[in-house]
Amino acid sequence: MSEYTNAFKDIPGTVVFDATQSRLGYHLNMFCMSLMKGENRERFKADERAYLDTFPMTPEQRQAVLDRDYNRMIALGGNIYFLAKIGATDGFSFQNLASKMTGVPEDQYKAMMVAGGRPAKGNRSIADKDK
Amino acid sequence: MATITAGVATSHIPAVGAAIDLGKTGEPYWQPVFKGYEFSKRWMAEHMPDVVVLVYNDHASAFSLEVIPTFAIGCADVFRPADEGWGPRPVPDVQGHPELAWHIAQSTILDEFDMTIVNRMDVDHGLTVPMSLLFGQPKAWPCKVIPLAVNVVQYPPPTGNRCWNLGRAIRKAVESFDQDLKVMVFGTGGMSHQLQGPRAGLINRDFDTRFLDKLTADPAGLVRLPHLDYVREAGSEGIELVMWLIMRGALAPEAREVYRFYHVPASNTAVGHIILQNPILEDSR
Repeated sequence: MSEYTNAFKDIPGTVVFDATQSRLGYHLNMFCMSLMKGENRERFKADERAYLDTFPMTPEQRQAVLDRDYNRMIALGGNIYFLAKIGATDGFSFQNLASKMTGVPEDQYKAMMVAGGRPAKGNRSIADKDK
Repeated sequence: MATITAGVATSHIPAVGAAIDLGKTGEPYWQPVFKGYEFSKRWMAEHMPDVVVLVYNDHASAFSLEVIPTFAIGCADVFRPADEGWGPRPVPDVQGHPELAWHIAQSTILDEFDMTIVNRMDVDHGLTVPMSLLFGQPKAWPCKVIPLAVNVVQYPPPTGNRCWNLGRAIRKAVESFDQDLKVMVFGTGGMSHQLQGPRAGLINRDFDTRFLDKLTADPAGLVRLPHLDYVREAGSEGIELVMWLIMRGALAPEAREVYRFYHVPASNTAVGHIILQNPILEDSR
């Protein structure tokens, strides 16, 4: 199994949601899941810190949510489909989240997509950057 | 007897659903996307099935991390649009076909696929966006739908080969159902896209084109593609493409491509769409 899982680690800028990430991020992702209910979204918006305290997450996970640091949340076990619910609660599109995660302004990110997206060449492998 | 007439594959991008719901389909950004489905809507109206088996993935809507079924089949009478964080999509409830759904569940389980049977499930954009693209915006959906949710969120998802074989088992199940029904299978998700992290925005037109070509001509070769290749070549969410292989497996080997559409971008994603027709549909015309 480790051979299967480790192979993905050669792909740059990508975290595969495997068993390790899933165990790490369980409560973070379940917090995101709670935002499926309108009443919970209101409670979260009214007092983010107090609402986060009702979930047994780590302090680092809570801080990453408060900072809306999506890459950090992913590193701490968050899965993008779950994390997207924070973005939806904030009223942001997926493209806005993508611009945050890639560190480029949203208009530049959109322009990259319209121009055909991020090319695969040079983005396939950490070991072989020319691939 | 029930027969599978055709298969449809399409991306199921949430922003496409939002563009439809908010009346933005005529905007310059969206216009080319929706133009690509005009033929398909006409074709669908001409060949309207009684039931669609709609293969999709749930995006942390009905299934959280509490229970993660690899394959889950919806056997309920009705499925409501899920609230994914911005309220449910304003689309009609989805009417199921419990008799056929239970029949497929039983048949595939006896064929050694460990299906999860679901009697209550809200359906998210993964299921409703393809319906909007193919059926438009009717007051009630024009056919019954059996949701078939595939886990592509928690690794490992099912292999391409497993998906293909499930498709074959679904075909066998449908063809042994003793009601005279026309059935289509939809495979949804993809094509190349990555939504997470610094590599977000990855698009691979060459990979997508080869995938579309092989889907009709060489599915047996395609099913051997490892997960690693999907993620490396088509982005982390490109893994959704394994679901298209369930659709392909449910069709006759000699199914013919009748339509294809490809466009970049819709939001973060390459839009891919293909219609494959079984020989039976040719004979009926």
